[in-house]
Amino acid sequence: MADDAFDAIVVGAGPAGVSAAIAMARAGLKVVILERGEYPGAKNVQGAVLYSRMLHEIIPDFWKDPEAALERPIVEQKTCITTEDSWVTVGYRSQKFLEGVPNCYTIIRVRFDRWYAEKAAEAGAEVYAGVKVEDVVRENGGIVGIRTSEGDELRASVVIACDGVNSIVAQKAGFRKELRPAEVALGAKEVLGLPAEKIEDRFALEPGQGATMELFGSITEGMLGYVFIYTNKDSLSLGVGCKLSDYQKKGIRPSDHLERVKRHPYIKKLISGAKTLEYSAHLIPEGGFKSMPPLAADGFLTAGDAAQMVNAAYREGSNLAMTSGRLAGETVVEAKIKGDFSGATLSSYVDKLRRSYVWSDLEEVKDLEAAVERSEGFLDFYPRLANDLAYLRFSVDGRPKKEHLKQAIALVRKRGFLRVAKELWPIRKAAI
Amino acid sequence: MSVSETFKHEVALPEGAETVEAKLGYLDYKKSPKPHIALRDGGPESPCATRCADKPCVTVCPAKVYEWEDAQKKILVAYENCIECGACRMLCPFDNIACDWPAGGFGVKYKYG
Ligand SMILES: Cc1cc2nc3c(=O)[nH]c(=O)nc-3n(C[C@H](O)[C@H](O)[C@H](O)COP(=O)(O)OP(=O)(O)OC[C@H]3O[C@@H](n4cnc5c(N)ncnc54)[C@H](O)[C@@H]3O)c2cc1C
Ligand code: SF4
Ligand code: SF4
Repeated sequence: MADDAFDAIVVGAGPAGVSAAIAMARAGLKVVILERGEYPGAKNVQGAVLYSRMLHEIIPDFWKDPEAALERPIVEQKTCITTEDSWVTVGYRSQKFLEGVPNCYTIIRVRFDRWYAEKAAEAGAEVYAGVKVEDVVRENGGIVGIRTSEGDELRASVVIACDGVNSIVAQKAGFRKELRPAEVALGAKEVLGLPAEKIEDRFALEPGQGATMELFGSITEGMLGYVFIYTNKDSLSLGVGCKLSDYQKKGIRPSDHLERVKRHPYIKKLISGAKTLEYSAHLIPEGGFKSMPPLAADGFLTAGDAAQMVNAAYREGSNLAMTSGRLAGETVVEAKIKGDFSGATLSSYVDKLRRSYVWSDLEEVKDLEAAVERSEGFLDFYPRLANDLAYLRFSVDGRPKKEHLKQAIALVRKRGFLRVAKELWPIRKAAI
Repeated sequence: MSVSETFKHEVALPEGAETVEAKLGYLDYKKSPKPHIALRDGGPESPCATRCADKPCVTVCPAKVYEWEDAQKKILVAYENCIECGACRMLCPFDNIACDWPAGGFGVKYKYG
């Protein structure tokens, strides 16, 4: 191999790619990241909640870096189940989330990605933005490099595809087919500018601290998905994310959905007077474990969204991307020491994933979505039931409480106790 | 009669709602000189004109890139508005959309994301 060849080419400067590059560059490998956006982050959209632990494993104490592009540490997370004019909220707030490694932060992806890519450059990786990878280069069956949209060829011992949900690299390499609309969600969001004091008043927050909220029920208009609203420093992120197949079936444009969401009485108050700063849309892989492509082959690895590593039941994706990217990077470092980049050696990546939370979590929720989908009840019956029960519980109408209880039991009986038990049982996996 | 003759896409948006066009106005693009989206068949016998009754590309694309032009019986593609979500490749039931990413450095440039 020519001297100017790289040990590894990483496609994509998202959380997966940058994490992989940092792991390899720190070990002294010759690494390049190719990113099609004009700058890292230019194409990337996230809610965005960033889980600290997985980044801390790569950049220890990153939150102490004054340059780190973080918005607010999250002290409260809430879930809200809506009907058109009522809602039940469940939430938990604790300052414990700030102790030690703070649990999570809101971030603005474009700013975060620029900062994170800078860390890879500091570790010694070359980062080229504005370069789109068009195809892989194969020799003797194995992958030996890539070709850019400008026609340039670059060679390396390993290509790591971290190019996100619609991985063209994995498709061109022949490792995956086009995804189906039922395997992805379409997210659309807006960043709404609002002064910090207003945010802190509306969400009852201490200065600088943050809250997240996800909404289910009528607000998703009969589609499987959720609405989210997260607090940034001086803006809110408001978004919708539902199965693409549901948007397709209903013929709903996510931007229109978003406009109706803004008018729900709960959201309306929170965003009142806010000024839209940006609108964006992006896919979220939701096929999980069942739509995972082969993760390792001769001269090839894939991580993050490109490998479908999103835990849709928990809005976790960027953390799985960071962990899988890091493990892919560490695998290449070992392969370099062995001087063997065959699929057999690189597949120790899969063993590493199996020993981590990534595998176990994805396996745990793999049937959850199907269970939810099998029951249209989650889209309408249960949200209404929750609201009706809450109404009974909290109303004082002169009737004996015993009658309230009878009425409540009757509401559940309508669907059948056995059926309710059967439908709710799989949900335990999303409860803890 | 072809299916498309009956296709009308009207959305009842709430009063004062912001249109997609207005939302796209918040965005910066580096305009690509070359379209990155093409219909595999855009002619009179295309699935758009003959078979696709629901036209999910028209109803769902979050940047309203696709519009049904009834007079010409064809889909118009405003590729320069694309925000690169990647959905249309999967949305088209007849696999009639070839949507790639724009060449390196071109296309949408998010500031927040
Ligand atoms: C609306 C929404 C809300 C979300 N909320 C959360 C959340 O709150 N918390 C969470 O943890 N996760 C969330 N996610 C998921 C999270 O964003 C992803 O899981 C995460 O970004 C995956 O990281 P990645 O590095 O694998 O892919 P990406 O971040 O998508 O990065 C891929 C990179 O590759 C580049 N690229 C693509 N193709 C090429 C090519 N051919 N050549 C060169 N470069 C290329 C892209 O431009 C991009 O920079 C959300 C996603 C969405 C859409
Ligand atoms: S979804 Fe496909 S077939 Fe239908 S109108 Fe659009 S491009 Fe044509
Ligand atoms: S990629 Fe997304 S925004 Fe672009 S045309 Fe396709 S559906 Fe529309």
